[in-house]
Amino acid sequence: MKKVYVNEERCLGCHLCEYYCAFANSGEAEFYKAFKLGRSAVPRIKVEDGNGINFAVQCRHCDNPLCMKNCIAGAISKVDGVVRIDHEKCVGCYTCVLSCPYGCVAVGKDGHSAAKCELCTANGGIPQCVKGCINGAIVFEERGETA
Amino acid sequence: MSFKEGEVRIPAGCAISGFINRSGKRVSGADIVKSISYMHDRSNGLGGGFAGYGIYPEYKEHYAFHVFYDNTEARVKTEEFLDRHFDIINLSRIPIRHIPEIKDEPLIWRYFLDPRPTKLTSSQLDEKEFTVKCVIRINTEFDGAYVFSCGKNMGVFKAVGYPEDVGRFYRLDEYEGYAWTAHGRYPTNTPGWWGGAHPFALLDYSIVHNGEISSYDANRRFIEMFGYKCTLLTDTEVITYIFDWLNRKQSLSLEDVASVIAAPFWSKIDSIEKTDPKRAAKLRYLRQAMSGLLITGPFSIILGYTGGLMALNDRLKLRSMVVAEKGDTTYIASEECAIRAICPDCENVWSPKGGEPVIITLNEEGKRRCL
Amino acid sequence: MPVNYFPAEFEVLRNYDKCISCRACERQCANEVHYYDADFGKMLAHENQCVDCQRCVCICPTGALKIRPNENSFRKSANYTQPLMTEAYRQAGTGSVLLSSMGTPKDYPVYWDKILLNASQVTNPPIDPLREPMETRVFLGKKPTQMKFDKNGELDTTLEPSLTLNVPIMFSAMSYGSISKNAHESLARAAEGLGTFYNTGEGGLHKDFYKYGANTIVQVASGRFGVHKDYLNAGAAIEIKMGQGAKPGIGGHLPGEKIKEDVAHTRMIPRGTDAISPAPHHDIYSIEDLRQLIFSVKEATEYKKPVIVKIAAVHNVAAIASGVARSGADIIAIDGFRGGTGAAPTRIRDNVGIPIELALAAVDGRLRHEGIRNEVSIVAAGSIRCSSDAVKAIALGADAVYIATPALLAMGCHLCRSCHTGKCNWGIATQNPELVKRLNPDIAYKRLVNLVTAWNHEIQEIMGGMGINSIEALRGNRLMLRGIGLTEKELQILGILHAGE
Repeated sequence: MKKVYVNEERCLGCHLCEYYCAFANSGEAEFYKAFKLGRSAVPRIKVEDGNGINFAVQCRHCDNPLCMKNCIAGAISKVDGVVRIDHEKCVGCYTCVLSCPYGCVAVGKDGHSAAKCELCTANGGIPQCVKGCINGAIVFEERGETA
Repeated sequence: MSFKEGEVRIPAGCAISGFINRSGKRVSGADIVKSISYMHDRSNGLGGGFAGYGIYPEYKEHYAFHVFYDNTEARVKTEEFLDRHFDIINLSRIPIRHIPEIKDEPLIWRYFLDPRPTKLTSSQLDEKEFTVKCVIRINTEFDGAYVFSCGKNMGVFKAVGYPEDVGRFYRLDEYEGYAWTAHGRYPTNTPGWWGGAHPFALLDYSIVHNGEISSYDANRRFIEMFGYKCTLLTDTEVITYIFDWLNRKQSLSLEDVASVIAAPFWSKIDSIEKTDPKRAAKLRYLRQAMSGLLITGPFSIILGYTGGLMALNDRLKLRSMVVAEKGDTTYIASEECAIRAICPDCENVWSPKGGEPVIITLNEEGKRRCL
Repeated sequence: MPVNYFPAEFEVLRNYDKCISCRACERQCANEVHYYDADFGKMLAHENQCVDCQRCVCICPTGALKIRPNENSFRKSANYTQPLMTEAYRQAGTGSVLLSSMGTPKDYPVYWDKILLNASQVTNPPIDPLREPMETRVFLGKKPTQMKFDKNGELDTTLEPSLTLNVPIMFSAMSYGSISKNAHESLARAAEGLGTFYNTGEGGLHKDFYKYGANTIVQVASGRFGVHKDYLNAGAAIEIKMGQGAKPGIGGHLPGEKIKEDVAHTRMIPRGTDAISPAPHHDIYSIEDLRQLIFSVKEATEYKKPVIVKIAAVHNVAAIASGVARSGADIIAIDGFRGGTGAAPTRIRDNVGIPIELALAAVDGRLRHEGIRNEVSIVAAGSIRCSSDAVKAIALGADAVYIATPALLAMGCHLCRSCHTGKCNWGIATQNPELVKRLNPDIAYKRLVNLVTAWNHEIQEIMGGMGINSIEALRGNRLMLRGIGLTEKELQILGILHAGE
């Protein structure tokens, strides 16, 4: 299945992917509105910096997702290879946030449910971090890994 | 305002026609006049002309100069020059027939000449080169004099007018040749000058051409590196010089000359590479070495030379040209009607492909008779 | 703190309604212009450090930024202009020669813009390149003018070594050192993809790029950096650089801070030392010495590769080119004074040399006059800005053109003319690994291929309009050109008629 991958040799650490991700999942019509007027959109991708190496990190859609295993409400499921959160079921215990080894589950914008990368399946199917990356460092491609 | 060839570049559309009897049977000039007259609409009365081969058998060892003079003074000066550089075997006015359609004729003279041996030796040139140099000198340095034909056993006849009138004017029915070419001109200017009519000739090469080549200045600037001076600014002039340089001076065969001026596309050469690498190497060499002589833009030409005719179209065949045969005669013309006019039952009518030369030469019998 | 005699050159305009303080501009500015002020809770700028490279403007996700010239004005004078005054202040402060990069911004005549092209109407047909073949293949090298036949009368078809270009455009010399490794990789891959050539410049050839040798021109310049036998043999042709249009009579100076490990190794000099190319080649003090160097490199490469001699367009360029053509060179590259550079003394760049249009016309004319035009191919360089410039150059007499600035533009350069600072925010003219990274060769090479492909389409369209279906019929075809608003003298030098003639 196609997943989002990051080439750290190309990643510039500009953090723009975070903003494109946050905007895409914000439900706002204008980019800047997602971040102004007291609204703070939450990115589901995060760039790690340090020692001249930058790396954008987001959900790996693990074979055996720990977040799913540990979810007390049964809100996390894996559909067509994509690990998803059902916000209707999520009770906001954030066990998933604690259990993700990559730190890829965040506290959602609403402040009472978790949010994570779902490969923009709800935003037209093209991951906006990939589209927004100014250096072609983030790619959405098939690398033959199991779903 | 009227411009003469050489002062501005004048594009022209045209009609061309020609035929050759391969066995060397000499045919009256009346046929070629009739042929070209059928393409009357392709000319506009502003230029017509003919070249006949084998027309001076009794003088075939001597250069035949046809010269236009604006006045007697120009003639006297030129004749002084000719006398210094050549032995004049014979000179006379070219016989003409006064007809109302042809006006304002210049003085038209003919000379049969041999280069003076002393002058030739001291020039360190071969006979042909010596003759060419003398002709270029007259045409560029002698005001009011213009040599428009200078080959052996051939002659050019041209004037301002429709070609059929020009033919009558020069009494071509009184000449006989084994090959003839004709040209009707459709220039875009108001001409005043007979020298600008076609064919254009240098030594025994004569060219009739229909088209307007887009490569003109690239070709001109290349060929002028080798001693030629394009004074008329016409396509025909530069094409004639290209033939002269490649065929006479560089000793390339006419087929090879065609591979230079209407070179196959690189894609074609690349595909020939697979089946015939030797031929591809030659084509590549000719095209690369002589790239300045590739001619682009529409043209159909008939080259006349001692012993043959060659017809050639541009690589895209942007001008019409058909070839037909009957017995030992081969015909070439812009339109089939011009051939049918003089050979109603001609056979093997075909349109040569763009860039594919059609070369017709005298057979053994013809060579015996005429060369 | 001393008085700052001159104000910032640019103003940073930020639309605070749109700025989301994402700080991408701050992270991407090597000149440290943008910063986040926590007290005010907003982005601010050190405007005096801005070079107007436009990087921040291009990446700002909300389009909140604009950079524009500072409107602060010294008292107007047509003689002592603000730039002249600023330069005097700067030199009074430093005591140094002024340095600049890229081509001169001064308002010299651009003859390309005063030449118009022809098209067919009525008497001959334009040709549609989408329907008919339209050939742009070019061969650069010596061409014979005398056919030779063997004893059987067979034509000898041996040709001198030459370069085959699918498009009449090559990337001109930019050294590894003056530009980044990623920029070099992009150029090499684009040259390969296009079937043309890029040029190493005088910085040697990085070991990773030997594989692009078939599309590489290796340069030998006065500093001889990175020149060895394998290097000479790695390329398809060798270029001897005698001069550069932007700085005729001047050598080069790559500061030690740009000589990092890889650059040092490629140039074969110690790390951190300044790489100084002398003004002359110290083994070429005259034309006969040039001949010896040409034949030295030919010996070293077994006479298998054409040799290019690159000269700057100076006043007597025609005579120089004629001498070069008789010295065994196969190709002459002429570099006009509006051409670019990684660094040059400002006064030299802005005042020395002549425009490529006039130089090219003079050289082509002289070589034809002397009957030796076939001895060499001519490559025109030094501000070929677009496809119509290329067409005009070819019609004036060039076989092909070199482009560099448009190639840099394709890779993102915005002509801020600050290459000499080494802080190129686009990752091109820098050796800082953090900045070099910004140029992704996978993206940049495609953009280069796109640019040249687009130009070639345009060249084909223009040729078709003229009724020409092969590039060699355009070469030197000056009747296809007409001058507009030029003097008799200019027309005479260009060898063209005026529009309407």
